[in-house]
Amino acid sequence: MDLIWDGIREAARLWWSGDAEIIEITLRTLAISAAATALALVVGIPLGAVLALRRFLGRGLIVAAVNTGMGMPPVVVGLLVALILWRTGPLGDLNLIYTPTAMVIAQLLLSLPLVIGFSLASIQSVNPRLIGQMWAMGANRWQVLWLLIRETRLGLLAAVMAGFGAAISEVGASMQVGGNLAGETRVLTTATVLETGRGNFEVAIALSLVLVVLAFIVNLFLTAVQQRRFVT
Amino acid sequence: MTSRSDVHLQVRDLVVQRGGLNVLEIDALDIPRELVTVVIGPNGSGKSTLLGALQLVLHPARGTLTLDGEPMDADPVRTRRRMSASFQEALLLSMSVRANVELPLRIRGVDRRRRRELAEHWLERFGIGALAARHARQLSGGEAQRVSLARAFASQPEVMLLDEPFAGVDAPTRESLIEDFAEILSETRPTTILVTHDRDEALRLGDHAALLIEGGLRQTGKPTEVFDRPADRAVAEFVGTENVWAGRRSESGVYQAAGVRLASTAKAVALGAPALLCVRPERIVLSREEDSSANQIRATVRAVRPRGPVVRSELASGRLRLIAEAPWAAWDELGLSVGDEVIARISPADVHVIEDAD
Repeated sequence: MDLIWDGIREAARLWWSGDAEIIEITLRTLAISAAATALALVVGIPLGAVLALRRFLGRGLIVAAVNTGMGMPPVVVGLLVALILWRTGPLGDLNLIYTPTAMVIAQLLLSLPLVIGFSLASIQSVNPRLIGQMWAMGANRWQVLWLLIRETRLGLLAAVMAGFGAAISEVGASMQVGGNLAGETRVLTTATVLETGRGNFEVAIALSLVLVVLAFIVNLFLTAVQQRRFVT
Repeated sequence: MTSRSDVHLQVRDLVVQRGGLNVLEIDALDIPRELVTVVIGPNGSGKSTLLGALQLVLHPARGTLTLDGEPMDADPVRTRRRMSASFQEALLLSMSVRANVELPLRIRGVDRRRRRELAEHWLERFGIGALAARHARQLSGGEAQRVSLARAFASQPEVMLLDEPFAGVDAPTRESLIEDFAEILSETRPTTILVTHDRDEALRLGDHAALLIEGGLRQTGKPTEVFDRPADRAVAEFVGTENVWAGRRSESGVYQAAGVRLASTAKAVALGAPALLCVRPERIVLSREEDSSANQIRATVRAVRPRGPVVRSELASGRLRLIAEAPWAAWDELGLSVGDEVIARISPADVHVIEDAD
């Protein structure tokens, strides 16, 4: 028990003193996960809409792949990205391995299936006649997409939360493609693993609490937006 | 016959398929400019499919659709922006009433101030100005339908496509809604295609009618013509001409059906040729006593069934079966009951004759 209480006390001290390293790691974590989530939304929502609204050969296969991707182990994604970005790999010349960009790519691949899957389910639940009405009002395809996003904002915000949650909580892939380099690619999850391994439980607890509070604040904001009753 | 310049929309050689089967086949249909064309027909006759094709949301297997002589599918978005649509379901988006009405204008890039003006105007015209700030989910069925119609008019369309817009609302609401709609329509005169299965609605709002049965266009003309002068047995059955008797022309203007002699002023078939004699139930006048008029059939009351504002009676005269409808007041005055004798009087002008192909 003392170990846990010591950890919580140390966490409070680190927060209170504004520990520079913790702040730096927190900001990097936020930046990498936010970038990955934003990219996942930009790519995933239109893809989800296409899968929800169009019927084409191979659609079932793609939907099955998306559903599989929603439960993809991060280490598998990490391995895949590492193989591609490895210095002798197909994109090795880009020198991205062990960089924040590589971590963004890995987190993007983890959150993308979630965003596509949630978007697909939300848009598919819209009354098809309402979509017909959008076309009938003279909307072009981008306007229809915008109206659908607006109409399914509750479900799509769930997609944002799921995507961001997958990105920020992920550790395996970030280790594999980021390398947990101090001052460069160390994020809250990888730092927690490192400190736990070293037996620095108080620091690990502090980092974990920061991670949990960060995830909570972001989700609190998204929930507030999601639960707003009327948007005119 | 409408001249070319009066035709706003043209349908030619249209075939729409579903699951490889033809669900709609129309050789030619002209929609006159600034008039209301009612499209009528039983369920599954292809009415909504026709509307879907005109909205360019269904893709025909064959055929051309033109608007002012230009192919409608050349630029679908531009074509749709010349039209508006409203359906049985109000289909409002999750936003305020005002935002819903402004939406087609916003889609067309109309500036905010003008959008607001037009939305306020049309909400007022449909008597729902006070609901502008309310969320669409908080409306009753009748209110939602008014919002849907206000939205359809707000973009000042050239063509209005309406699919049973009054079918989902209760009777009193429906009555006042149709009244307001008819008044607005007569002021604005967009070319309107109104799908309905309601005879009163068709007669009240329609300038022109097109009747579809089993995916085919069976009759066009003025609504009164279609209802009173059906082109064949299937049309007669759909428009509620329940008295359809097989007979033959026996002499000039006179027909024999099931041993009963009936005079008709309708366009004649050849002497001795088989014919179908059609009489609408409400055109049969019941009386206790004969007079000097033509077509008086002595019959026995077999059954009596009240139906809303009228009483429906089934009569028999030898092998001839008749169905008549009388308003309650007239029925009460006659004091008839099952088994009584009655005189069924039919004006020769109300006996419609169809050449019997069978």
